[in-house]
Amino acid sequence: MAQSSLDVLLKGSSGRNTRGLLRVIILCTIAAAAVASRLFSVIRFESIIHEFDPWFNFRATKYLIENGFYSFWDWFDDRTWHPLGRVTGGTLYPGLMVTSGVIYHILRFLTIPVDIRNVCVLLAPGFSGLTALAMYFLTCEMSTSPSAGLLAAAFMGITPGYISRSVAGSYDNEAIAIFLLVFTFFLWIKAVKNGSIMWGALTALFYGYMVSAWGGYVFITNLIPLHVFVLICMGRYSTRVYISYTTWYALGTLGSMQIPFVGFLPIRNSDHMSALGIFGLLQLVAFAEFVRAYLPGKQFQKLLTAMVLLTVGIAFSGLILLSVTGVIAPWSGRFYSLWDTGYAKVHIPIIASVSEHQPTAWPAFFFDLNFLIWLFPAGVFMCFQKLKDEHVFVVIYSVLASYFAGVMVRLMLTLTPIVCVAAALALSAILDNFLVASSPTPESKAKAATEDPKSLRSTRNPVVGIYSYFSKSVVACSVTLYLLLFVAHCTWVTSNAYSSPSVVLASKLPDGSQFIIDDYREAYYWLRQNTPDNAKIMSWWDYGYQIGGMADRPTLVDNNTWNNTHIATVGKAMSSREEVSYPILRQHDVDYVLVVFGGLLGYSGDDLNKFLWMVRIAEGIWPDEVKERDFFTARGEYRVDEEATPAMKNSLMYKMSYHNYQNLFPPGQAMDRVRGTKLPKESPQLNTLEEAFTSENWIVRLYKVKDLDNLGRDHSNAVAFDKGLKRKRASKKKGPRVLRTE
Amino acid sequence: MPTKRHAASTTSATPSTPTTPTPKPLSSGPATLKTNASAAEIAQHVWQQYATTTPQRTLLLDAFMAFLVLVGGLQFLYCVLAGNYPFNAFLSGFSAAVGQFVLTASLRMQTSDSGATSKPSSKGKNARFADEQGEEQRTGYSHERAFADYIFGSLILHFFCINFIN
Repeated sequence: MAQSSLDVLLKGSSGRNTRGLLRVIILCTIAAAAVASRLFSVIRFESIIHEFDPWFNFRATKYLIENGFYSFWDWFDDRTWHPLGRVTGGTLYPGLMVTSGVIYHILRFLTIPVDIRNVCVLLAPGFSGLTALAMYFLTCEMSTSPSAGLLAAAFMGITPGYISRSVAGSYDNEAIAIFLLVFTFFLWIKAVKNGSIMWGALTALFYGYMVSAWGGYVFITNLIPLHVFVLICMGRYSTRVYISYTTWYALGTLGSMQIPFVGFLPIRNSDHMSALGIFGLLQLVAFAEFVRAYLPGKQFQKLLTAMVLLTVGIAFSGLILLSVTGVIAPWSGRFYSLWDTGYAKVHIPIIASVSEHQPTAWPAFFFDLNFLIWLFPAGVFMCFQKLKDEHVFVVIYSVLASYFAGVMVRLMLTLTPIVCVAAALALSAILDNFLVASSPTPESKAKAATEDPKSLRSTRNPVVGIYSYFSKSVVACSVTLYLLLFVAHCTWVTSNAYSSPSVVLASKLPDGSQFIIDDYREAYYWLRQNTPDNAKIMSWWDYGYQIGGMADRPTLVDNNTWNNTHIATVGKAMSSREEVSYPILRQHDVDYVLVVFGGLLGYSGDDLNKFLWMVRIAEGIWPDEVKERDFFTARGEYRVDEEATPAMKNSLMYKMSYHNYQNLFPPGQAMDRVRGTKLPKESPQLNTLEEAFTSENWIVRLYKVKDLDNLGRDHSNAVAFDKGLKRKRASKKKGPRVLRTE
Repeated sequence: MPTKRHAASTTSATPSTPTTPTPKPLSSGPATLKTNASAAEIAQHVWQQYATTTPQRTLLLDAFMAFLVLVGGLQFLYCVLAGNYPFNAFLSGFSAAVGQFVLTASLRMQTSDSGATSKPSSKGKNARFADEQGEEQRTGYSHERAFADYIFGSLILHFFCINFIN
C-alpha cells in the first residue's frame, strides 16, 4: 500500500512537483548544515573576530558604518604605518565591507537591532550557505543527473578545504569571494551554453563584484580566456562563445576598473593580458567566420587555424616585447612564486614568510578534501567522456587549480569547488548505475536478442547494466559508508583544526576541562586603558591589525605588507643590539614595544620562532648590518640557551622575550617550553626599555621605551647607576683588592 | 590537434582535385573554389554578395558598427597623437566604443543567423557534438529577446563608463 502511494508521489507530473519540492528542501537542509557546521567557534568561545586580517576588515567596516560610504572611499588612515599612514580607501578590496554594511543597514531598516560585530562574524557562514546553492547550479549545468548537483552542494557545504576560510568569525575576503567565484563560473557556463548577452552581462556584473572582494579574481580573469582559447583551438568556435566572451570582457573589464585599488591594472598588468589577447583573437575569428559565410570552403578551416596560430604568436611576442620594454607592468612577485616555488624565498622573503604561501604538504589534500580527492580524477575522466563546452571548462579548471593548490597552501581554496564538482559527477554516476533497482524488462531483453544478427557486433545495442542485487548492495553500502566517514571527518576537522579564533586560545587541563587563555585581549585591553590615545606601538607586523582593531592604537607596521623597507626597519630594530635599536625606536616615535612570547606556555607561534624571518627581511635591506649567519651557532643551530650566539643574546627580541623570565623558576632551572631548552642562569639586561605589562601567561609582553636620560648619560650607565647604588662600593672595593694582591 | 587535421585534409585534397592548383593551403584556400581569382576579386565578390544578401535591418546595424569603429579609431588616434592626459576619460570613451561594438556584433549575430551561420559551425570533425550544439542553437533567442538583452548590456556598459569618466 505504501508502495502505491509512493508511486503516486514519485511518478508523472505530481512526481515532478514532489521531486522539485524535495530538492528545495534538501538544498535548504544543506545550506543549514553548511551554516551550522561553521558555528563551532561561536559556541565554544564567543562571537569574536578571528586571526589577523579579519581584524582590519572589521575595523574598516566599523569605519564605513560610522562615516558613510564616501568618506570610507577617501579614507586616509594615519593610525597605521606610523610615520607614513595608508590611503586605505584606495588600497583595499571594499567588497566585503560594503556587503556587510549593506546587510547591516537592511537589518536596521527592518528594525532588527543588530550589532555590526555579529553581522561580520556570521557573514562567512551565511555566504557558505549561498555557496552551496551556487555549487548546485554549477553542477546541474554539467550533468543531467539530478543527484550530482545535490551531492556537489553537500560536499561544498561541509568540505574542510572551504570551511578553513569560512568559519564564523573569520571575516576575510575569501568569505564572500568563494561564493562569487562559484557563481561567476555558473553564470559563465550558462552564458556559453545560451550565447546570450544577458548571461554574459550578469557574469560581468558578478565578476565586478568579485574584483571588489578579493585579489584572487585574477584566477577568473585568466581561466575564462583560457577556456575560450581551448574551445577555439578545438575548432569549437561559435557565435555563443563570441557573444558571451566579448560581453563579459567588455563589461567586466570596465567593471573591474571601477575599484580604485585595481584601477588601470587590467590594461597595464601582464596578469590581465591574456584576456585582452583572447578578446582581440575572437574579433579576428568572428570576422573570419563572417567572411566564410560568403565563401564556403573546406580550406577555410586551415585558414582559420593558421590565422589563430599566427595571431597568438604575434600577440605573445608583442606581449613579451612590451613587458621587456616596460610599457606593461611586470608580473607581480606573488605571480612569479606561483611558477617558481623557490622564487619568493630568494627574492622576496616577505612573501615567503607568510605561512599560507608555503607549498602544500601532501597530507593536506586528504585532510582538506578526504575521499573527494580520489573521486576527483574519476570525475575529470567522466568530463573527458562527454566533453561538451562546459566539460572542457571543468577539465581546464581542475588542471590549473591542482597545480596552484600544490604551490600555495591558501590556493587549496580555489581547488575545492572543482573537486566538489568532479567528485559529485563521479559519485552520482556510480549511484545512478548501482542504485536503480529495476532489472531490464523482458521486452527490451528480447529486443536485444532478436536484433539483426548480421549487423556488426559494435553496432548492436546490448542491454548493459548491473542487475545483481549483491553487487548493488555492496556498492551502495560502501558508498554510504564513505559518505558517513566523510561527514565524520569533516566534523572532526572543523571542530579541531579550523575553529580556533587564535585570538583566544583553548587548552585542556589534566582533568579534561577546558582552559581559556585570553592573553592577547588582556594585553590589548591594557593598552587601550593605560596608554595615551596616540601612543605608537611597535610589534612584528603580524599583530598590527589586532593592535589597530582591539587596542585602537597607532602601529608601525601591520599585515598589509605594502612597504617592505618599513617592515625591514622593524626587523632591524628587533634583531640588533640595544644601542642600535634605541635610535631607531626614537626616530619612529615608538612608545611601546610588543612581543609575543610562548616560552612559559609552550605556545609555538611566538616571535622568537618567527625571529629568523625578521632577520632575513632586515638583511634584505641592510645586508651589512644584519646577518642571518650571526644568529646560528657554529654548528648551524638556532639556539636560545647558553650556547646562543652573541648576536642572538644581544638582540632586542631575545632580551625582551626573556627579560626577568628566569625569576619565575628556581635558580638555574629556567626552561623554555616551546624550544624545549634550558635557559642561561642570568636574565638578560635591558637598558633602554622597561617592562610595562606582561599578560597572565606571559604570551604578550609590553615594554615602554625610556625617554632620554635626564642627566644626559646613556642608558646603560644610567641603569648601572640605578642598580649599582648598593653594589657600587663593593665592586669598587673588589677592584683595588685584586690589584693589591698582585 | 590542428596540425593533424591540417595534414589529413591536404592529403585528401591533393589526389581528389588534381586539376586545381593547390600550391599553398593558406592563401589559396578560398581560391580553389573560384579556381582562378585574385584576392581583390574575392574581396569584391564577398562585398557584392554581402550587399545583395544582407537585409536592411542588418545593414543598419553594420553601419552603426562601422561608425563605432570610426569613433574608437579617432579616440585612439587622438590618444596617440595628443597624449593621454585625462586617461580615465580616454579609457571610458574608448571602451564605450569597443563595448558597444561587440554588443552590436552580438546582437547582429543573434538576429541575423537564420541557419546561415549555425550550419557551418558543425565542422564535420565534431559530428558527435554537432547535432547537439545545433539543437541548442536553434532553440535560441527571438529577436525581441536579443534586443532586450542588448539594451540590458548597453545600460550596464554606459553606467560603468559614466561612472569611470571622472
